[in-house]
Amino acid sequence: MRALAEFSIEPSDSGGGTLVFSGPMVVSSLGVIDTKLRAISEPVSEIDVSAVERMDTVGAWTVWRLSQQLDAKIVNCREEAERLIEAISKTDDNRESVRAPRLPLLTRVPDEVGTIVIGLAKGWLQVVGFLGQVVIAAGMMLRHPRRFRGKALVHQMELVGVNALGIVGLMSFLVGIVIAQQGAVQLQQFGAEIYTVNLVGRLTLRELGILMTAIMVAGRSGSAFAAQLGTMKLTEEVDAMRTIGVSPTEALVIPRIAATMVMLPLLGIYSSFLGIIGGAVLASLALGIPFFTFLSRIQEVVPLHDVFVGLVKGPVFGLIVAVAGCYQGMQVKTNAEEVGGRTTSAVVMAIFMVIVLDAVFAIFFTKIGWG
Amino acid sequence: MNQAHLEDIPPEFDGDYPIRVRGLVNRFEDHVVHDGVDLDVRRGEIIGVVGGSGTGKSVLMRSIIGLQLPAEGSIEVLGRSITDARDDEDIDIRSQWGVLFQGGALFSTLTVAENVEVPLREFYPEITDDLRHEIARYKVLLSGLPANATNKYPSELSGGMKKRAGLARALALDPELLFLDEPTAGLDPIGAAAFDDLIRSLQETLGLTVFLITHDLDTLYAICDRVAVLADKKVIAVGTIPELLALDHPWIQEYFNGPRGRAAQDAQGRDANHVVPARAAEGLEQD
Repeated sequence: MRALAEFSIEPSDSGGGTLVFSGPMVVSSLGVIDTKLRAISEPVSEIDVSAVERMDTVGAWTVWRLSQQLDAKIVNCREEAERLIEAISKTDDNRESVRAPRLPLLTRVPDEVGTIVIGLAKGWLQVVGFLGQVVIAAGMMLRHPRRFRGKALVHQMELVGVNALGIVGLMSFLVGIVIAQQGAVQLQQFGAEIYTVNLVGRLTLRELGILMTAIMVAGRSGSAFAAQLGTMKLTEEVDAMRTIGVSPTEALVIPRIAATMVMLPLLGIYSSFLGIIGGAVLASLALGIPFFTFLSRIQEVVPLHDVFVGLVKGPVFGLIVAVAGCYQGMQVKTNAEEVGGRTTSAVVMAIFMVIVLDAVFAIFFTKIGWG
Repeated sequence: MNQAHLEDIPPEFDGDYPIRVRGLVNRFEDHVVHDGVDLDVRRGEIIGVVGGSGTGKSVLMRSIIGLQLPAEGSIEVLGRSITDARDDEDIDIRSQWGVLFQGGALFSTLTVAENVEVPLREFYPEITDDLRHEIARYKVLLSGLPANATNKYPSELSGGMKKRAGLARALALDPELLFLDEPTAGLDPIGAAAFDDLIRSLQETLGLTVFLITHDLDTLYAICDRVAVLADKKVIAVGTIPELLALDHPWIQEYFNGPRGRAAQDAQGRDANHVVPARAAEGLEQD
């Protein structure tokens, strides 16, 4: 059992009582009696600590605070204890609150809502500013092509594209199977299973291939950009670059954006192909359509402009994902929690924008006759 | 009140050697950092640990506080074995030590005062909010920070203030043992001297045993009772600076008698008005 501090108040001749402490007065023994000590209302003129076995700074603080609170004298103090109390008393010159004041609920809610709204508005302004910065840096690179960082670009292309082949391929293959299977179940009701080919081919090439890839890349690489750049900001690596005369936009942001814009359409086409293969595998196993018949039917039923639709969307989605990641990363200023928050925002912002733009694209391409 | 919780506080340690390291071996892959390190730290002393870069000073500290499981050897802290305690839960002597990491290692999402309160909450949940706030406040002031620093976040503090805030957190539980990893590195000379004074006065007032890793020769001269020298994967010598100067080891001689060592020696000689280290050094040079 842990030894606890004890106290008692004994009456003395001089009128005020004596507060007598016993047992150890240390951090582990005082928490339990603190409330009672604060509630003492009897008059006390002396605090006797002669029976105290051990005292640390928490004990010293408690004794000192009580002596102030009760206007009492500390007596029978051993030398070490006296030294401690003296050291502690020096810190007690002004008693301002440790905590920041908390606004009342009625003002706090509008205050926070207002902060969020202003933050959102500022955020959009900053995104546009960031985009402008990127465009200027890209323009500079066109004028001075030597400054383009080919090595960084290739490295990022590997991280964003090549390393994603496995997971994107698996996902697309399985989604292809699901579309073919679900489509076939519905189309069978009209005896039109053969249209499964149209369904799989057009859906993957036009929409799903590129959309799913964009979402996957946002989750894989967009988040990585934000976390990486955010951490580099925290460790002052970005500042170090600036002082050396290397523009962080040129060295960090442009290669990432360029790599994503190049790799996303490629990954999207790859994803569409694997989706079609998935559909073909299912069709040959479950619907009795031979594998290669399925593939040659794809050539007949999918118009070439479906491929272009996917290819046009690719770089745009890539730009959104990479800009969201890099922008959020470069905004990190304070601490590790912000890196986490910014990474989440980067992914959410990227996926949201990608889906909104995908809807816009769908209407646009139909209107221009690429239905 | 959770009575079960009240019991798991270890009793006060009353041995003479709060830290005992025996035959410590640390290796990373093939790279051997320590090969048979022995070290006893006496109660109530400030022991400085020196050694060239990469000699494993920080690894030694990490081993002692249980962050690094050594390949071989035994480590006893406050009479309890660190090396045999496999489970984190076993090492409840954590409430008896405070650690100041090199960069401060403050929790970046908490204010300075909240940082100091973390160990208090963790080990002594029965402490009331009022008392805990008061403790955090005087600890912060005791480590030499102004009162308005209590509400600041680590990102708003300068390097020196971060160290002081880290020290306040290390002292939060009134530990018997204090581990300091390069406390004065990166501070300006005035700030470093003030930090030395602070550590010395806290050590004297609170009766701490301090394990201090440093490259700062001024710190060694100013506040260390003994110095342990890490070289050749071992502790090659432990003693007061005059004792070390009397040894004929090339690294020790180079370290204390290099241009910086001499400057620190001279400064200390002027300050304290005692010439023992200087004379010892001269004696050796004549050999």
